[in-house]
Amino acid sequence: MKQHVLVVFPHPDDEAFGVAGTIMAHTDAGVPVTYVCLTLGEMGRNMGRPLIANRETLPEIRKQELKKACEVLGVTDLRMFGMRDKTVEFTDQEVLINRLLEVINEIEPSLVITFYPGYAVHPDHDATGAAVIQAIKRLPQGERPTLYALAFSKGAEDILGPPDVEISIDKFAERKIKVLEAHESQTAGFVKGMKQRYEEKDEAVVKQLTLERFWTYPIDE
Amino acid sequence: MKPIDPQKVQESLSSLINQKLYVHLETTNGAYASHKDESFFSAGAFIRNAQLTFLQGKIKGNGPYRIGLETELGWLYAEGLTDWEIDEQNRLLFAGHDSEGKLAIAFELSTAPFPK
Repeated sequence: MKQHVLVVFPHPDDEAFGVAGTIMAHTDAGVPVTYVCLTLGEMGRNMGRPLIANRETLPEIRKQELKKACEVLGVTDLRMFGMRDKTVEFTDQEVLINRLLEVINEIEPSLVITFYPGYAVHPDHDATGAAVIQAIKRLPQGERPTLYALAFSKGAEDILGPPDVEISIDKFAERKIKVLEAHESQTAGFVKGMKQRYEEKDEAVVKQLTLERFWTYPIDE
Repeated sequence: MKPIDPQKVQESLSSLINQKLYVHLETTNGAYASHKDESFFSAGAFIRNAQLTFLQGKIKGNGPYRIGLETELGWLYAEGLTDWEIDEQNRLLFAGHDSEGKLAIAFELSTAPFPK
C-alpha cells in the first residue's frame, strides 16, 4: 500500500517536540509527509531572547520559522490553515472537519498523527485532535488510516495505559534539535541548555530526543 | 519594542484623543501555566478589534506602567506594561514582559483594524 503521512497540529513548533523524529524517519525513507498547521501561534507568550517580536510581528516570524523547520524535517507539503491561535475550539467545527476531510480525501494518508483529545493540555490541541478524528470517522470503516495520537497531560498514562507505539529516533536526535532551533522565537530560552544536557547524556533529555511515543487511537470504535 | 518612555507615551496617547480606534487588549499567563503548576489558577482574556474612542488617556507609575483611558461610557485599564513601539503602520503597541521576556499583557491601539 502506498504510504503517505498526514500530520495535523495547531501551532508551529507542536511538530518539533513530540513528532519531529518520526516525521524525519518517514521523509528520509521517501515517504511523503503532509503537515497541516492550523494557526501561526499568533498568541504565543515567547517573543524571543532577546525580544525579536511583538504581538503583531509574531505571526510572520513564526511562519518563517515553520517553513525553516519543514526544510529540516524534509516536509515539502506544508498547509497553513490560517486560523487564529486559541480559537480552534470556538470556530465552526463543521467547516474545520470538512477542510481536514478534503485534505484526507486528496492525499489518502496511510497514517495520521495528531493530538489525543482530552489528554493534550492546550485547548487548541484537544480541539485539533477531536476535529481530525471526526474527519477520519466520515470515511467508511476499512478505509480509515491508522491514527497515532499524542498525549501528555498529567495522568494520561494512568487512564490510557502505556503508549502502544514507541519509535526509536536515535538517528535523528541531532536533527530534532535543529527543528527545535528553527522555532527560534519560541525555543531560544531552552534549546541551548537542552543541547548541553544531551551532550552530557542527561537521561530525560536523551529520552526526549531519541524516543517518540504514541497511542494508536481506536478510530473504528 | 523598547522600554517605555512615559513622556513620549503620554504624547502619543494624547494625540489619539477623540479618534475612532481599534483595540487589541490581552492578558495571558500561558496555556501551560496550570499544567506546570497544578495550584496555579489560570486566567486570561483577549479582545481584538473592539472599537473605542477615548476622551482622555494617561500613563502612570514608575515602571511597569499603567494606562487608563476614559471613554464616554466607561474605561479601559491595563497594568504591567514595560515596552512599547509605534510600528510601521503607525499603530501604538504596548506589552508587558516578565523577567524571562515572556509576554503577560498586550495593549494596542490602531486607527485601522488589526488583521483578524
